[in-house]
Amino acid sequence: MNEWLYVGLFFIVGLIIPVGAIGVAWILGPKKSNPIKLTTYECGIETVGDSWVQFKAQYYIFALVFLVFDVETVFLFPWAVRLGQLGLFAVIEGIVFVAILIAGLIYTWRKGMLEWA
Amino acid sequence: MNFWNDPLKIAADWLTGILTGWGMPAVAAGILVAFLGTLLLISLLMVMDIFLVWLERKVVSRFQDRIGPNRVGPFGLIQPFADIIKLLIKEDTTPEGADRVVYNIAPMLSMMSVLILWAIVPLAPVILGVDLNVGLLYIIAAGAIGTLAIIMAGWSSNNKFATIGAFRQVAVMVSFEIPMVAMLLIPTIFAKTMGMNGIIQAQNIPYFILSPLGALIFLVAAIAELGRAPFDLSEGESELVSGFNIEYSGMKFGMFYAGELLHALTFGGFLAILFFGGYRFFGLEKVSPFLAIVIFLAKAMVGYWVIMWVRYTMMRIRIDHMLAFNWKFLTPLSFVLLMVTALMNALLAGTSVWVYSIGMFLSNVLIAWIALEIVRAYSRNEREKVEAPKVAAEAHH
Amino acid sequence: MTAQQIIFLIVAVVTLGSALMVVTSRNLVHSALWLVSTLFGVAIIYALLNAGFLAVVQVVVYIGAIAILFIFAVMLTRKEQLESGQRLNSGWWLGAIIAVLTFGGLFGMLQSWSGFSKVSTDLPVGFDAVGQLGNALTTPTGFVLPFEVASVLLLAALVGAVYLAFNRK
Repeated sequence: MNEWLYVGLFFIVGLIIPVGAIGVAWILGPKKSNPIKLTTYECGIETVGDSWVQFKAQYYIFALVFLVFDVETVFLFPWAVRLGQLGLFAVIEGIVFVAILIAGLIYTWRKGMLEWA
Repeated sequence: MNFWNDPLKIAADWLTGILTGWGMPAVAAGILVAFLGTLLLISLLMVMDIFLVWLERKVVSRFQDRIGPNRVGPFGLIQPFADIIKLLIKEDTTPEGADRVVYNIAPMLSMMSVLILWAIVPLAPVILGVDLNVGLLYIIAAGAIGTLAIIMAGWSSNNKFATIGAFRQVAVMVSFEIPMVAMLLIPTIFAKTMGMNGIIQAQNIPYFILSPLGALIFLVAAIAELGRAPFDLSEGESELVSGFNIEYSGMKFGMFYAGELLHALTFGGFLAILFFGGYRFFGLEKVSPFLAIVIFLAKAMVGYWVIMWVRYTMMRIRIDHMLAFNWKFLTPLSFVLLMVTALMNALLAGTSVWVYSIGMFLSNVLIAWIALEIVRAYSRNEREKVEAPKVAAEAHH
Repeated sequence: MTAQQIIFLIVAVVTLGSALMVVTSRNLVHSALWLVSTLFGVAIIYALLNAGFLAVVQVVVYIGAIAILFIFAVMLTRKEQLESGQRLNSGWWLGAIIAVLTFGGLFGMLQSWSGFSKVSTDLPVGFDAVGQLGNALTTPTGFVLPFEVASVLLLAALVGAVYLAFNRK
């Protein structure tokens, strides 16, 4: 049978356990809600201002650089599996591939995109 | 083929025989047996998770020169059960303004992303969930689901600290995935396969000898992926009041917490599988699969111990230092290491085992030394820039 | 109906339903999460087709990177803009007609193709998909040049993104 079916079974059972645990907690727990209990926590004082903060654009830059390098490493996986059989040519090809992207990383670094501030 | 040599197949065949004897079609019987097996494995994992809570508290207390739980049961062994009962009978609240559906799904996804990792972990040569031939990328995929769960938890809590904590945590997790994936490529190059069982079978020499720097970078990146100290800025009690799980209480918090501990053990297991030989131990694993399980769990516990040791010894690192460390040091270093490993693998391809191992080991040591020298020179430069005005000022007096 | 067909139908319905929710949901973050569900459905379809490597790559790259990028981009918007605006504009009937015509055209075209109603044969046992992919990507007679061009494409994407962000700073 398709081995991914067993992976799917793991997904289903992996969902059943937390759903079951949280379900048991929901059944067993008391249900006395009052407005004070449900307020947002801010170190014990009343909340100040909107609960939405200005999102730093820097997060987006990091996610973008991560995306490019993630796709790169995914490309490298089939290359790595066949590396043993193919000799020096494949290695040089892989080095060229990674070198182009390391140059991209250095460019990003020099432009100051990797600073948190 | 008796029970002690191949327990999974014997038990599965016996159960399937009973079920088809009752009149079930063979396909449905097969699926039901697989389902029961999966349920058994995951239940055993949850029991081990409970034991891990006790272990964590005892170890942290010893590091901090105190005794830890010792009242409830012998050596405090019943303590985690008391914790679970407490979490189960707490009220199930959803804070006002929170997004109900997303808020409730997040802890379930977080726990699920850890449990599905055990589908590919080979506990013994014949006991494993699924022998996927893309096992290594499957680990990253499960991590991606976990990252998503954290964003969902942080965003849906309607709390600024939760949002900030979740985004910082995700930025760190996502950044450290690059060196981790690059280090996953190194056992792939050595073993010529991405499947976990294949990697273990190919480790006639454990890979931490062939690539010690690779094992080290993988360990550091894995600790950052887990969100544990010294990389747990989002959960720093003094800074962000437990980050994305501020608004979670009761069993939902329990799912996040227990999931984090189980995730740490799982990554201790992966460190053992990828770099330390998994269930292999000088041929002992061929004696019986149960012995192989014990060997594997012992190695995973050692890995977990190292992760705990790092957590309770080092101080938390600031977020901009963390990200600079990753993008400016670890990522270039891990790619250079990967390329040098590939190059040495091609150059030393036909040589004897000794020459190959020593060549790889020396190349790793050389790269580590060069990297440290570069960092040392850079920090010396920075220090001189800061201290130069002070020295000049003193020279005036 | 084989079990595989039933599973495929369920997954296809879930994927299409999630895709519909992406465009009709009022809340932008909910749209992003429905997109995650759609991408996961596509990954399951890849797994059903025995393309295991692509299924995992779909989850790693699409859900682990692109969906997170979408969610971050959504978070950059101000909260007032998240839940406002009409969902249907005045020309929606024209869009519906064009969509139905396109679907009808594609369906008609595919029906006349012989492979449409064939059940796929199983791959030979021990078929090493990842290995074959590796061979294809690294042999000189294979796809070496596209492999390198892909890295240049990624570099272009990185430089473009840095340029855009840099200007805004």
